[in-house]
Amino acid sequence: MSGRMRTWSFLMALGCMTAGTVSARAADAPIFVFTGIPDQDESRLVERFGKVATYLEGKLGVPVKYIPVKNYPAAVTAFTNGQVQLAWFGGFTGVQARKASPGSQAIAQGAEDAAFKTYLIANTKTGLTKSVDFPKAIQGKTFSFGSRASTSGRLMPEYFIREAFPGKTPDEVFSRVGFSGDHSRTIQLVQSGAFEVGAVDYSVWDLDTKAGKVDLKDVAVIWESPSFPDYQWTVRGDVDATYGPGFTEKLRAALIGITDPAILEPFARSKFIPVTNAAYAPVEQVGKSTGLLD
Amino acid sequence: MSPVLASLRSGGRWGYMSVSRWFVVLAVAALFVADLAITSLNPWADLRRLIGGLIHPDLPSVEIWSVVYTVAFAMLGVTLGAGAGFLLAIPFARFRTVRLICAGLRAIHELFWALLLMQVFGLSATTGILAIALPYAGICAKVYSEIIEEADLSALRVLPEGTSTISAFAYARLPDVAAAFRHYTLYRFECAMRSTLVLGFIGLPTMGFYLESAFRQGRYAEAGALLLVFYALIGSRRLWVRPATLPILMVASALALPATIGAPNLGASLVRFLTHDIVPSPLRSGHLLDPETWLRLGQWFRPIVMQQILPGAFQTLVLSQIALVATAIGALILFPLASRRFAGPVGQPFGRLVLVVVRSTPEYMLAYVLLQLLGPSMLPAIVALTIHNAGIIGYLMGRHADGLPYRADAPTGLDLYAYETVPRLYGQFLAYLLYRWELILRESAIFGILGVATLGFYVDAAISELRLDVAVVLIAATAILAATVDALSRALRRRLRLTDLPTRLSAPIGGKTAELARPVCG
Repeated sequence: MSGRMRTWSFLMALGCMTAGTVSARAADAPIFVFTGIPDQDESRLVERFGKVATYLEGKLGVPVKYIPVKNYPAAVTAFTNGQVQLAWFGGFTGVQARKASPGSQAIAQGAEDAAFKTYLIANTKTGLTKSVDFPKAIQGKTFSFGSRASTSGRLMPEYFIREAFPGKTPDEVFSRVGFSGDHSRTIQLVQSGAFEVGAVDYSVWDLDTKAGKVDLKDVAVIWESPSFPDYQWTVRGDVDATYGPGFTEKLRAALIGITDPAILEPFARSKFIPVTNAAYAPVEQVGKSTGLLD
Repeated sequence: MSPVLASLRSGGRWGYMSVSRWFVVLAVAALFVADLAITSLNPWADLRRLIGGLIHPDLPSVEIWSVVYTVAFAMLGVTLGAGAGFLLAIPFARFRTVRLICAGLRAIHELFWALLLMQVFGLSATTGILAIALPYAGICAKVYSEIIEEADLSALRVLPEGTSTISAFAYARLPDVAAAFRHYTLYRFECAMRSTLVLGFIGLPTMGFYLESAFRQGRYAEAGALLLVFYALIGSRRLWVRPATLPILMVASALALPATIGAPNLGASLVRFLTHDIVPSPLRSGHLLDPETWLRLGQWFRPIVMQQILPGAFQTLVLSQIALVATAIGALILFPLASRRFAGPVGQPFGRLVLVVVRSTPEYMLAYVLLQLLGPSMLPAIVALTIHNAGIIGYLMGRHADGLPYRADAPTGLDLYAYETVPRLYGQFLAYLLYRWELILRESAIFGILGVATLGFYVDAAISELRLDVAVVLIAATAILAATVDALSRALRRRLRLTDLPTRLSAPIGGKTAELARPVCG
């Protein structure tokens, strides 16, 4: 056989093998895939979503898989391009995803999510102490948000900051503004002094405090925000077509039916309750007013 | 007219010294506007733990499939990229359009490609492979075409009249350039391994995925293990990536690819991406014949230029100019380590090893780690770019320094360094630096994703806000900036008559070593 013939037959063999694997994969039963925004320590995410996957597989009768993502927009993208059918979104990412993927619905939220809060935290060296009114003394400090697309770590705190300092953007209020990526990281950055003040999800603060990851000598809560709607499970509009009629309702019932504390605890939620898209209208309005949403 | 342009145009005295001086002046000026704060209160504690992790790596924690995927993505990415690059190299010199397409492909960083491809292909092998293949097709086309240009034409001249272009290429040109092609392509694989690792940082299932988690959560023993495995893979590349093993590696890579989890709806996603997501939002809703629409497009575009592109480009240039000069200083300090004449027969292999390890460390990962240690400012980015690039140039310069013919009564030590080696190698040194200028700029823009306020910072913001139309405009602006710096670097090299010197080390160093390596990724 000549050299060229060998190359060609090799390439054809390669082609056949690749085609073979692809078609074999396509024949498998449709897996139900979900993700969640990576809002805190990854090990906790793996723990909680792993348990959810096992639970849902039992309830839904289809193979269920959790796919981890590295940042908030990646979770939204995976949802809009159909790689995942279900996602645990924050208030804002949920609005983004439902806007980009018409027909999708918010089906369940944590009982705590109807009235969620942001904590402003500060390194104790700043001398800032807890107050009921918005602490205007944070002006001129260095400030860390969480992820850019976080509700409790960016959108709402930015809204409260703009209200407290009318006509000013956070860049103008603070001497330095950063985006840590997730709430656990924000706590660490403020605790270490890399940033003086930060905005965090109160439930992650509670979880990390309970886990012994927060040194209250170095970092303290200085303000609790008014409440707003936050996290929710959002499902794509095409799941009934793929997994059978009534699938969405079955899924909602399964999520609301979670009573096992082993699943709920890593979420810092007491239970999941039904919700609709309309509950997130306030978040959408704030998104538009801060210019993060068109 | 500025003195720079004046002397460029008049062709006046435009020597090594004046160019060096201009770069130093620019970098010093940039230092005044750069944000160099160390905000972390205790960077050394974390650094100690990091080094501890490298000394006591937790090898069993390494996710073996992530290693397999890293190799497989790199292998298939280079195969596709080099294949397309080869086809593009043939018309490269003759068609301006081809050159423009290739310039566009390579001016966009792998990470930006991946961020765009992810919108359509999701977190999948396709995204990972194409993110490598697209920019590599551009760079391979350019380098292959350069190799073809440099090749000996004597075989071509004796061909009979009427030989077809393809036959002429296959029988008269190809045999001549095959060795150079092979060396370059195999080397590209090493670059692709680094690129693939970095893709893990944004979510693809390569080693970078686990490295990012390990660094983020301070599990340094796991990070150390992953890094050691990566260095071992790169260090042993010549053993397992050979022409003979390539077919096996390719088939194995294709078979080992991870199945895409979930089924992204490719057709619909692609249509939505091309006809909706990246179309500027005023054009999506408005009528194209309505002047109002175009007015709104102007209103949409203006703040992007004023508030994002201009400040982003400025910070990108500030970072890259400081990093370039810091790289120059670093390389001048480091190269004696890799030279036998300076470091001696014992020191030199050790020095080389250090510089090879430094070179193998992706600068993006280095910047990520340093940002965690030092806190958010431009300083970690400068240090990361300097360490990586000074490692590369120092290594190459060290080899040049040993390739120089010295007189028997040549001085030694500092005298030799300052009065003979450096002056004799200075042109070569500038050629390397000017070549890396554009690579440093592209990387500076990317570091924005990590929080430095360069162009990537605004790209990251636009993607977080699902404004892909804005992201695409910003990425295009970054590509234009990179292409401009590339053209400027080329013009300077021509002016300094450095064009014949190796920049990717394609020519044998000092005429001694027969090795044809182009150990510069870009």
